[in-house]
Amino acid sequence: MPVDQSLVGRVFPPTAPYQVTDDHVREFVAATGGDYDGGPAPATYPIVLAFDAMNAFLEAEAIDLFRIVHGDQKFAYERPIVPGDVLTATLTVSSLRQIAGNDIIGTTSEVTDADGALVCSTSATLVHRGADA
Amino acid sequence: MNTPTQVFTVTRADLVKYAGASGDQNPIHQDEGVATSVGLPGVIAHGMYTMALAARAVSTWFPGAEVVSFGCKFTNPVVVPAEGGVEVEVAGEAKPSGEADGLTTVSLTVTCGGQKVLGMPRAVLREAGLGA
Repeated sequence: MPVDQSLVGRVFPPTAPYQVTDDHVREFVAATGGDYDGGPAPATYPIVLAFDAMNAFLEAEAIDLFRIVHGDQKFAYERPIVPGDVLTATLTVSSLRQIAGNDIIGTTSEVTDADGALVCSTSATLVHRGADA
Repeated sequence: MNTPTQVFTVTRADLVKYAGASGDQNPIHQDEGVATSVGLPGVIAHGMYTMALAARAVSTWFPGAEVVSFGCKFTNPVVVPAEGGVEVEVAGEAKPSGEADGLTTVSLTVTCGGQKVLGMPRAVLREAGLGA
């Protein structure tokens, strides 16, 4: 079933505040074979926040995660993320179109810190593979 | 500017670890049956996994540089076999802006088995000690 077109422009509730820890950044870095010895989190780390927001969005719209593939991803950073940051992400559905039985869902997520300051703007295109596609 | 090509090996065990660390538990990255049921050729790496490898290469080439922006399209899947692993190669070309902003654009080429897997992967960096 196609995703509801009225979603475009909808802003979803901010995710629960997430405290970045040394241990979690180390786990994230180690998962891609790297070593972390303190300092800023790697460039793709904000996906942890953006993914949390995306999961909530998919759940709210009853979209199956296993039918989603990632089309593209962009990050624009205001500053590096460091352990101790308390972050939330707010997702907006920016575009929606149907191609060949798939929904192409454009999303943006703004990651903000405990003071409400913007840390990172992310955008992601999610390809929702239709059951018949 | 020297940006020697970096080669990374990706295994299914890596994807399980990454799923835990990133929160992305999409089964297409762990379960062959689910992956093929939605038309994929097999278990595929998280696009964000491949993007993280590209970021690792950039941080190897430019240690300490602040990343201003980073983006790519996910144009072809990285299919990860049940046994052993698959190699992902990251090459890069850096172009300093030549301006007072101290920005450098790194255009990447990320391939698996000779095929590009990321579309227009590009990072913009502010090198340590330069710019604002």
